[in-house]
Amino acid sequence: MPKLIPVPDILSQPFWDAVNERRLVLQHCSACDRLQYPPQQACHVCGSPANLAWREVLGKGHIAAYIVIEDGRLIRRLPDQPYNLAMVTLDEDPRVNFYSNLPGISPYEVPVGAAVEVTFEEVAPGRLIHEWRVVA
Amino acid sequence: MAAPDQYRWRRDRDGLGVWEHRGKVALAGFGHSPVDRRWDGASMDKTLGAYSILACQKAMDDAGVMPHEIDGVICCDSHIAGGSGGSASQWAPRPYFAPPYDSEWGLTLVNARWLIEQLGLRNVRFAPTGVPTIGEMVGMAAQAVGDDLCNTCLVIYPTGNLEGRYRRGGENADDYARGARQWTAPWGNHGGNDFINIFPHRQYCRKYGGQHDDLAPFVINQHRNGLLTPWGYNATYKVPQLTIEDYVRSRYILNPLRLWDCDRPVNASAAYLFTTADRARDMRQPPVYVLNHSQHNFRQRTTQADLDEIEDWTDRAARRMYEGAGLGPKDVDIFNPYDGFAPMAQFFLEAFQWHGVKRGEALAFYAGDIRVEGPHPFSSSGGNLGNGRTRTAMYTDSIEQLRGTAGVRQVKIRAETALAAFTTPSSGGWIMFGKHPR
Repeated sequence: MPKLIPVPDILSQPFWDAVNERRLVLQHCSACDRLQYPPQQACHVCGSPANLAWREVLGKGHIAAYIVIEDGRLIRRLPDQPYNLAMVTLDEDPRVNFYSNLPGISPYEVPVGAAVEVTFEEVAPGRLIHEWRVVA
Repeated sequence: MAAPDQYRWRRDRDGLGVWEHRGKVALAGFGHSPVDRRWDGASMDKTLGAYSILACQKAMDDAGVMPHEIDGVICCDSHIAGGSGGSASQWAPRPYFAPPYDSEWGLTLVNARWLIEQLGLRNVRFAPTGVPTIGEMVGMAAQAVGDDLCNTCLVIYPTGNLEGRYRRGGENADDYARGARQWTAPWGNHGGNDFINIFPHRQYCRKYGGQHDDLAPFVINQHRNGLLTPWGYNATYKVPQLTIEDYVRSRYILNPLRLWDCDRPVNASAAYLFTTADRARDMRQPPVYVLNHSQHNFRQRTTQADLDEIEDWTDRAARRMYEGAGLGPKDVDIFNPYDGFAPMAQFFLEAFQWHGVKRGEALAFYAGDIRVEGPHPFSSSGGNLGNGRTRTAMYTDSIEQLRGTAGVRQVKIRAETALAAFTTPSSGGWIMFGKHPR
């Protein structure tokens, strides 16, 4: 079953447009020199929206922790159970993290600490989401 | 009537100092409805409205207060199951009943306006709308009484549960992830306190050592305390005492989160009566004084809160509470943190350093004697895990322990101060009660 389809809003549209082009872009505050994800109206650190701009990142990270969803509530994902849900930290700023189902990794066999890289997965025709796969 | 967004009642910043109304506000009464698993959609004496009326009457009786004396009503008007409460979370558009059950109000929703009418409360001058959950409501009531917005205030917290699997409807049945869910739901996070805590808990075990199932003694003790709480779900329905074997054999929900790490949704209501300390001294029960209330709503940095963030948030919440109460960890006798999901209580325990428990020590603490009869009667209420998802056991037990009326749950250690909360690590509130005003 495909994953849920994200619905962009005004703030997130540039992010999802980039993902649909197979690029990962995050907000960057030039005043704080901090990356930010998910997008917010203002910088999480300084509180100002003035210095936020989109910046493409390399898309390298590591698996910090994971769980296995065996009895989740999302109807669309029920057929996928059990499936991994990992927390992936971004190498360019480990304070930024993402969710991943770690495509290609069997449930319960998650190599915590392993390196991952961003990949993209189609959830509807022409609609991609960002995913992360373990680097061999 | 003041709306919450106009009335700046929260104590939700660092460095606010000792609460200006410390010891001048008191809790004078409480009342619980029966705790059912669900409302069956037919029994009019078991609706959320009927149960809230009953809880209010019990709270007033407990305090010895008449309806005309009530001048404040704070009622949480949100269905606990929320917009994704399941196939029947919205009872409408089914046919309604005769008044007062001729709309959703009183059936699956309760608000101050409906209660004021049903209870005939003619002298209410403070009844805000859009009030938050119980974790903050008790603080709001204490502050409102202290600020003289009202003198005798009922706080009502209804918790609903209808037929169908809990929270399997609404947005959880949607093929699309809208709003904040666009960053979580595509990968399987339906949103909730289970997800907030389970990742930091995994990191916790990895950092400090220990296994997930080291939570078992805590969960089992919560069930034990619940069975010692006559009004709660487990005692009412004589749920067999959970054993280690039951726990380790239970199925996973969000592996390693097990079924028994999760509280049981119920249909129930509870009410608490706050008043001034001066007035409470003339009421039926010995006053339980409010020594401080505090709130927090910490902004999450990124997709998933990690262990560092959770520990920072709970440390800050503890500092706020202790500063406002003018007390420290060694001064707290009764400690009733929120436990809606088991792998969360350790973050609170260690942040507040109750009985000297520091970071990384909770699992070893759980393996010791945490029974109510013992030297470390942790979470003597049994919490949500032991009583059902009422989110109120923590408050009621704290009151009873300070009054000395907790029955077989009465702790053997000193019981003169109590901390209680309904809160996640990121948002909610704490309240400190005292047997004495100073």
